[in-house]
Amino acid sequence: MRESLHAEWTKLRTLASTFWLLLAAVALIVAVSAAAAAAVRCPSGGCADDPAKISLTGIDLGQAVVAVLAVMAVSGEYGTGMIRLTLTATPRRVTVLAAKAAALTGPVLAAGTVAVLGSLLAGGLILPGHGIGPSHGYPAISPSDGVVLRAGFGSVLYLELVALLSLGAATALREAAVAIGAVLGLLYVLPIIAVFAGNATLSRQLDQIAPMTAGLAIQATTGLNSLPISPWAGLDVLAAWAAGALVLGGLLLRSRDA
Amino acid sequence: MKRTRRARIHDRANGLRHHLAAWDRYGFARLMRAEFTKFRTVRAWMIALCAAAMVFVLLSFLSAFESHAPSSAIPTGPDGEAVSDTYMFVHQTLAGDGTLTASVNSLSGAHSSPSGTSGIAISQSSNGGPRSQPRAGLAPWAKAGIIVEPDTRQGTAYAAVMVTGSHGVQMQYDYTHDRPGLAGLAGSSVPRWLRLTRAGDVITGYDSADGSHWDKIGTACLTSLPRNVQIGLFVTSPVYFAARAGSGTPSVATANFDHISTRDEFPRRSWTGDPVAGFYPTGPSASTWQQRSAGAFTITGSGDIAPLVGDIISPAWSGASIVNGTIAALLFVIVLAALFVTSEYRRKLIRTTFTAASPRRSRVLAAKAIVAGSLAFAAGATATAIAEVITRHILAANGNYLFPQSAPALARVIIGTGLFLGLAAALVVALGTMLRRSAVTVAAGIILLVLPGILGSESGNWLMRFTPTAAFAIQATLPRSSLVTSAYTPPNGYFPISPWAGLAVLAAYTAVALGAALWLLRHRDA
Repeated sequence: MRESLHAEWTKLRTLASTFWLLLAAVALIVAVSAAAAAAVRCPSGGCADDPAKISLTGIDLGQAVVAVLAVMAVSGEYGTGMIRLTLTATPRRVTVLAAKAAALTGPVLAAGTVAVLGSLLAGGLILPGHGIGPSHGYPAISPSDGVVLRAGFGSVLYLELVALLSLGAATALREAAVAIGAVLGLLYVLPIIAVFAGNATLSRQLDQIAPMTAGLAIQATTGLNSLPISPWAGLDVLAAWAAGALVLGGLLLRSRDA
Repeated sequence: MKRTRRARIHDRANGLRHHLAAWDRYGFARLMRAEFTKFRTVRAWMIALCAAAMVFVLLSFLSAFESHAPSSAIPTGPDGEAVSDTYMFVHQTLAGDGTLTASVNSLSGAHSSPSGTSGIAISQSSNGGPRSQPRAGLAPWAKAGIIVEPDTRQGTAYAAVMVTGSHGVQMQYDYTHDRPGLAGLAGSSVPRWLRLTRAGDVITGYDSADGSHWDKIGTACLTSLPRNVQIGLFVTSPVYFAARAGSGTPSVATANFDHISTRDEFPRRSWTGDPVAGFYPTGPSASTWQQRSAGAFTITGSGDIAPLVGDIISPAWSGASIVNGTIAALLFVIVLAALFVTSEYRRKLIRTTFTAASPRRSRVLAAKAIVAGSLAFAAGATATAIAEVITRHILAANGNYLFPQSAPALARVIIGTGLFLGLAAALVVALGTMLRRSAVTVAAGIILLVLPGILGSESGNWLMRFTPTAAFAIQATLPRSSLVTSAYTPPNGYFPISPWAGLAVLAAYTAVALGAALWLLRHRDA
């Protein structure tokens, strides 16, 4: 396992794209979060806005970059044929998958933490100027606040789970375009279908099982009663999706020829 | 005659042949054929293209299947449009010509508080206060005034002068016409005097701030009005929408009328109160009336007299199922178009294409974009046509009211959705040419074409006006009215941009991306 992890880490570390994708993820998350905070207007007060959730809007976009990174870690090897070499060197295939997951975890958690801190900082600076701040009766965005800490920490975990989901999907589907299409389809298309479902019960149920809407419930700091699913239960739903994808990927990896 | 026509056809055919030959001199037709063959001969791609169309139809079907509504009879107005016609009416018969005058010295309202957001995905959650408790607040289009109409059935022609919640005094007739009178809300210190005069088919509305100096607001000609008509006082209050709310709640309004006087042909001289009721959602304890003295009434009413718009009766919008189908098909189209380009880069086939087939790279890009675009167009238009027929049948069977859809609007949705998917395919071809990596291309395509829909679809904000998702507006078919306050948001069938302008936004993105791809193609090694 240790050699395998070392090998995966070396492969990931020495790819130029890894660094650039992580940098892009951090930059996009902070930029989009700041833009979302700057776009909110609540001049007369009383808007049902959640300061922490707005400040973390960038995660919606940043998860796509993290998904690309995770998919490339597997599909890239299939594209070049490298996977055969990897599997010859480490015949225990599940170990390979576990090593890939472990190698991805550190960089994603690190980039996620930087991005979340940057986003919350930007939101805390920008939002009060747009009518959503302590002077308007909203809670201040401070990491010492329990719910804000949960929203921020949860968002980092969210990114990590998206990476694991993508890793599993890519192992099962192999082709990079198909894998990323499946992952982003699962993440982005289900919420839109829920919006246009035209049936309140169905759209609520969809929001409860869709990995993105359920998982992002972790970002909610106000109005917890009207959420379709509670924050930690929502993150569990995403974790279940990720675990399912990894198990499926692992089974297929074991049973199929490379 | 016959010969000349044949000669003309012959000439035209010759012209076309020359034209084609001119194209072919540059090898473009051959290039298109080559690109089409490349696509056609990958079996998985052809299967995926068919799957895109099938998923489109299937998802539309499922969305429609899940959408139920209590069946209700919707009245139609004099011009054949669907209307709301629900209010409290205190009236008597006017046999011939005459005038009714009244002053409104208060108009107040209440509405039930919203019962959560309408199940919308990543909604900024509302604070979960106590539900359905009446809150004071007047709907902007709450109405109290004088109305004349042939009888008390729904959907009849009418003319009315009224005080409104926040649009001042208005004269309205036949649901879609209005003329503004005095501004400002009626109150005890600022009464609003209203007068309606009938002379044959011509109804004239007046208003006054003091009851002595009168201004004419406008006239309405109600053709073939019978001799005996119903004239009287009415109060109504439409569904109330809080700021940025996705759905509304019923409301009621109460008005005090004073100084009521009649002139000329009023044979009975006694008042009757009748709620004119219909499908329209009304508030609690609506439809009451009380005669305080000979010339003074207090009336409470709920409903609306206005054109019907999308989300008043049910949250279901018939086009929403088509939107769902489109999004699913879009995903397939993005992946296919990305593979169509990037797989050539991965297998280095692109070098063969550039050296052997056509060294003029711009033409290769154009051929690829056209082939991918037309295949996506064909799949999209076909799927939309099938889905339209199926979903409208199912929605109607489930009791949903379907607004009448004109043939041009239907054609626009079918062709437009095809163009949407076609332009999306061409856009992704351009992205693939620039980015080369399939995973990055697909992610970029989805971020451009799908993600803004998540963040913008709830409120219909600028994201659905300035990003490629603006193209969803091509599917809008519902009527909109300036006389009705509503949540004109994408889930309810209203987009923040007009249909063709929305498609043009996507076309602009595609054009810019193709231009950038072309520039990169020329300046970069393959």
